[in-house]
Amino acid sequence: MLSDKDRIFTNIYGQNDWRLAGARARGDWDGTAAILAKGRDAIVNEMKASGLRGRGGAGFPTGLKWSFMPKVSDGRPSYLVINGDESEPGTCKDREILRNEPHKLIESALIASFAMGAHTAYIYIRGEYYRVAQRLQVAIDEAYEAGLIGRNACGSGWDFDFHIHSGAGAYICGEETALLESLEGKKGMPRMKPPFPAAMGLYGCPTTVNNVESIAVASTILRRGASWFAGLGRPNNVGTKLMSIAGHVNRPCVVEEELGTPMREIIERHAGGVRGGWDNLKAVIPGGCSVPILPAATCATVLMDFDSLRAERSGLGTAGMIVMDKSTDVIAAIARFAKFFKHESCGQCTPCREGTGWMMRMMARMVEGRAEVEEIDMLDQVTRQVEGHTICALGDASAWPIQGLIRHFRPEMEERIAAYKARHGRAGLAPTPENLPVAAE
Amino acid sequence: MSGQFPAENIGHGQPGHAPRPGEPAQPSAFAFDGESESLITGILAKYPEGKQASAVIPLLYVVQKQLGRETGSAWVPRVAMDVVAARLGMPPIRVYEVATFYLMFNTKPVGRYHLQVCTTTPCWLRGSDEVTRACREATGIRHWGETSEDGLFTMTEVECLGACANAPILQVNDDYYEDLDAGRTVELIQALRRGEPPAPGPTIDRFGSMPQGGRTTLLDVPDGEGPPPAHPATVEA
Repeated sequence: MLSDKDRIFTNIYGQNDWRLAGARARGDWDGTAAILAKGRDAIVNEMKASGLRGRGGAGFPTGLKWSFMPKVSDGRPSYLVINGDESEPGTCKDREILRNEPHKLIESALIASFAMGAHTAYIYIRGEYYRVAQRLQVAIDEAYEAGLIGRNACGSGWDFDFHIHSGAGAYICGEETALLESLEGKKGMPRMKPPFPAAMGLYGCPTTVNNVESIAVASTILRRGASWFAGLGRPNNVGTKLMSIAGHVNRPCVVEEELGTPMREIIERHAGGVRGGWDNLKAVIPGGCSVPILPAATCATVLMDFDSLRAERSGLGTAGMIVMDKSTDVIAAIARFAKFFKHESCGQCTPCREGTGWMMRMMARMVEGRAEVEEIDMLDQVTRQVEGHTICALGDASAWPIQGLIRHFRPEMEERIAAYKARHGRAGLAPTPENLPVAAE
Repeated sequence: MSGQFPAENIGHGQPGHAPRPGEPAQPSAFAFDGESESLITGILAKYPEGKQASAVIPLLYVVQKQLGRETGSAWVPRVAMDVVAARLGMPPIRVYEVATFYLMFNTKPVGRYHLQVCTTTPCWLRGSDEVTRACREATGIRHWGETSEDGLFTMTEVECLGACANAPILQVNDDYYEDLDAGRTVELIQALRRGEPPAPGPTIDRFGSMPQGGRTTLLDVPDGEGPPPAHPATVEA
């Protein structure tokens, strides 16, 4: 259990003033110039030493990512791009930073940009967060007016511009190269890597793309020291993390907790427990819909961090928990994600474009039970033909929820099929309705 | 994204041509108004010299907002896409591509209140089916994408809105209404019909994404000197 003095986001609910005066009272923008005066290398090394792993889902070490940026410019400018596209179902943490802690983000963006030799940072915010972006813009204007950013930011001698760029409703733009394409004014279709953004990113210039939370914690880490941050959590899974608890709990919420805290403790302490009591739990998706589902037995003991969840063949992802109680039709819950991925596939790679539609239709039949038991294996096999065969991770993300379902809830799928057969006679697959669409969408 | 928008929405909408069946009547001209022009100046200043194509999404928003102001229906007609292309020095096809790839650009007219119902699993678990049904019954709309007969409402099914701890969510134009159920959805729609949109945010006794009944953390942190903890979503920019 994290104590309040170790919480980074002390205004995460917006219970106090989110503007500059309030942020300053909480310690933001305190001695920023002194942090910058330590120099680029010292900042990057401190971030490396803190052990911070990216908070957007993939968990790549943030300090290491910063160190990939060129030390000496070849004439091209460098850019920091902050990923505020938060669209992963079950995830709603960056929204709270953007609307309630905007100055923590702006200050950290200045420090991060300085550490990477970037004079300009863009934040890509999903278009639906229109009001959130409006508020962040007010905070940016305040920071410019106070001389905290802009020319000679904080009196440090470093010029820094910070701009908001809104997306327009495409999950795929949360993928970093699709985000860059979108920021350049194109359709959000992921790029092949290499070249990686650190070599050729925005406008063909060196670019680092970081999640909102990964950036926003930087100012506090540098102020309190890498060892403070590294002392929280477990080895290789250090620090605090914003988590959200959605679904069948008594009091859904967003909360900052220490990595390595048991999932059950988080759900019971902060979210008021599972609706109908812990024994009424069926499953939890621990970190946004792309990570595989965990059955109740696992949820009772698993810790919320990268390695513990990976050991259970799932992942921390964004730490956006989706809790399902025993009343849930778990097949329908995953089928809805199959529809989501079909809708959000950009259509660039064939396995994903065709596969997501195929998986969606197959899952629709599984919800009814209008299938053969062998088709469960076929479905599993097809997910593996999509996984790893696409430019970006959306293909993998569309496969994993279904694989998790089959791994943990296969008996339920078989029962559904048996029940359908019992209703419609056992003579093989029930006839397909005439009007059932079967072609690609 | 592919396949979400029938090609005829823009493909045949040449200004001055009669619309085909099922296709909106396209206006024959579009020009940015003064408010839009001042926004555009600020937008173009964000991007480096020669990279003004970055402004295509922001400019399409400017168009959509202006149409909303002028006609009560926030959408992007084809002729406006051409104007955006000309302003940014892009081939028109690049603008059409963007306008049809991204879900938030309406390539057909919508009602004054665009009801965007999230039905993805986190909302579904907490009753988005009820919200959908309530929207249908209160507006008379039968299918996704339709506009009510009075022209006030259009219903669109959207994917995760990223506010899952406040599910289920209904986005009306730019605002999120959170923690809904059927009854409160109907009340909301009645209020919109009267032209009195209520304050956005949670529709239950709850503060932002804090657990209902009060926070479990930050208990040592005193409430500061700032403005009183008004509802976060009501503090207007």
